[in-house]
Amino acid sequence: MKNRLVVSLLLVLAGILLLAHPVAAEGEAVQVRLQVRDAAGERTPVVGAAFSVVDAAGADIGSGATDDEGVFRLEVPGAGDYTLTIDPATLPEGIVLANTEATSVTVTVNPGGTGNAIFAVSDGSDGGASLSAESGITGRRIAQLTVDGIKLGLFLGMAAIGLSLIFGTTGLVNFAHSEMIAFGFFAAYFFNFYGLAGVFGFMAEWPAPFGDGVNLIIAAGIAVVLGAGFGWLLDAVLFSPLRRMGVSLIAQLVVTIGLSVFLRYGFLLVFGGNQRFFRDYTAQRGRTYLGLVDLTNKDLLTMVISIVVLVIVGLVLAGTRIGKAMRAVSDNRDLAESSGIDVERVIRLVWVAGGALAALGGVFLGLSETVNWLLGFRMLLLIFAGVTLGGLGTTYGALVGGLLVGMGIQLSTLFIPIELKNAGALAVLIGVLLFRPQGILGRAERIG
Amino acid sequence: MMFALDMGRVMQETMTQAFGPQAVVFAMAAIGLNIHFGYTGLLNFGHIGFLAAGAYGTAIAITSWSINPLLSIGVGIIFALILALMLGVPTLRLRADYLAIVTIAAAEILRLLARSTALRGVTRGAEGLNEWAGGFQNANPFTGIFEFGPFRYLPMQMAIVVFGWLAVIIVSILVWLLMRSPWGRVLKAIREDEDAARALGKNAYWFKMQALMLGGAVAGFAGFIQAVDKATVQPDTFVPPITFFFWTALILGGAARVFSPVVGAILFWFIIVFSESFLSELVADGTIPDSILASTEVSNVRFLIMGILLMTLMVFRPQGIFGDREEMALDDR
Repeated sequence: MKNRLVVSLLLVLAGILLLAHPVAAEGEAVQVRLQVRDAAGERTPVVGAAFSVVDAAGADIGSGATDDEGVFRLEVPGAGDYTLTIDPATLPEGIVLANTEATSVTVTVNPGGTGNAIFAVSDGSDGGASLSAESGITGRRIAQLTVDGIKLGLFLGMAAIGLSLIFGTTGLVNFAHSEMIAFGFFAAYFFNFYGLAGVFGFMAEWPAPFGDGVNLIIAAGIAVVLGAGFGWLLDAVLFSPLRRMGVSLIAQLVVTIGLSVFLRYGFLLVFGGNQRFFRDYTAQRGRTYLGLVDLTNKDLLTMVISIVVLVIVGLVLAGTRIGKAMRAVSDNRDLAESSGIDVERVIRLVWVAGGALAALGGVFLGLSETVNWLLGFRMLLLIFAGVTLGGLGTTYGALVGGLLVGMGIQLSTLFIPIELKNAGALAVLIGVLLFRPQGILGRAERIG
Repeated sequence: MMFALDMGRVMQETMTQAFGPQAVVFAMAAIGLNIHFGYTGLLNFGHIGFLAAGAYGTAIAITSWSINPLLSIGVGIIFALILALMLGVPTLRLRADYLAIVTIAAAEILRLLARSTALRGVTRGAEGLNEWAGGFQNANPFTGIFEFGPFRYLPMQMAIVVFGWLAVIIVSILVWLLMRSPWGRVLKAIREDEDAARALGKNAYWFKMQALMLGGAVAGFAGFIQAVDKATVQPDTFVPPITFFFWTALILGGAARVFSPVVGAILFWFIIVFSESFLSELVADGTIPDSILASTEVSNVRFLIMGILLMTLMVFRPQGIFGDREEMALDDR
């Protein structure tokens, strides 16, 4: 048993090292894209603005100016923090910095990644108001943020169901669950761009999905299947043996933490540190609905699919034999076992379903924003906030909590800076524990 | 196979770092974690937050309030104590895994706040606080580069190595004395069976709070050492995965043993630095082709090793090297 575990861990490590570099390695760089948006919303590049770059120690790295596309890019010697400073005097006639104080921006460059610095410029046509117009509390803004929040909440809820069900059936708090979300994103990304030829070079001549990338919709399907398989694998080779060995839940919890670090840096090694987005459907133009809410077609579609999937999950849990078995094991494992339910089989199914849902959530998150290898870590705290808010281990709590966290995050930007919106969600999490530790749908006896 | 590796360089780098300033920081932080987890059974996954509190407390005391550098260390520790109180009040009555979730969230909130523009006036955002360590550098009795055997330290590193390890030993002895006292026995009783301890009339909540604050203060001091070593306090040096490094170091040595955090920290850095510089030698001389592992990626492999190390230790030897399996029967509460 122990040997099997060691062997499988080594195999996974070997797999990751072999997989390294389906993507050409890119050097570290810093980059600025300087564009000015006129009143009609058309973007024009700002050409010839001069930048200088220093590293964290203040040593000069280099300088340059934006090209015809408004882009200034400079290779830097390695990962780390770099500070870009713009010379406002070199801006073209009539173009000013939106915030005249902010002439310097510090970016963090990940290994193999590009640090994107953002400088807001204005042509004065709106008096620099394009930035501040976004910050008032208007009905339109509230509506938009609510819909954005529901979207994020649906994805979070879907991704978090597995976390809650795994806790319910086994008592394990799985800190690696969010890496299953990242796994789904990267699986879809991989098949969207490369196909299997990305790993097995000899397949390059074969048809898609072997030799070439496929349309994202197919890639997403593959990702969900792989996500289910990943959930199965984790339970079959790692957690099911641990349960049989009688390793305590706390020790298993620490194992999930080791696993999450391992997987996260595995993604970094394989896919590099850059922001990633899919090949299809990246640049969709939004349409305005009811004169209030801007949504792209992919936003609509992913939200509808999420709702359908969540309704199906709800129906399965409420009505089918296996759903009832899951809830029974969640409620009282011993009682379920003595009434003839195959508990280990139910747990395995929960891992498979949780992995598939997390993978789908990862794909959808990747469609709604650009993400990188830290996706899992960014989602970790949010899904924990959602699941704790809804009630750890309760069946529908993940969904309710996820929706609340998603809306809370988006709506909080009405009052607090965007950079702090996730901190707000985490603060709410702590607040909930203070007053209702069992969560909204939880029962009081769950804690203690 | 050609084996033209420069093992001398590998060993020098390994030994220097295994006993270097970072190992001091890790040993001190792991002592704090040992008080939390080893002796009291608290699942603290936001340990890096205490280091951040200690480091920022010291730096802010000097930059914003112009306090005497020696007293500023105290300010850092007070920051860490306040953080412990704020974490403990909502969570110490709850089951152990809730503390795990809250501590990891709180540490991340602290980092996000520290790098936010809202607090830019105090914390200087992502750039962090520089130019406050002058007082400590001036007080450094060491000058020149120190070389003896495989070790090689700059003057400030030398000061941290000498005074830091001294502090580690003093704190270790204090912890040892405390844990032998009746107070320490109550902590262990709470770890073993909280209900039993409560039944005997001990206020388990208050004892856990004291342990959280004591361990937090020790970790705050570790944060101060790290800040002086780097001569800067930047929010992104306090990322959550570092907490898991402390855990690995602690479990490596064996929790609930006085000197195990120290040995664990040294071993942790030995393993990490050795494998990293050995790998980069292999990459440099072409034994490992660039297509498998580029030289720029070697430093990330340490995280993979760390993840595997934590998993295998937890499964096969949760008591670590020195620990006693009886004492480390990790139980759920």
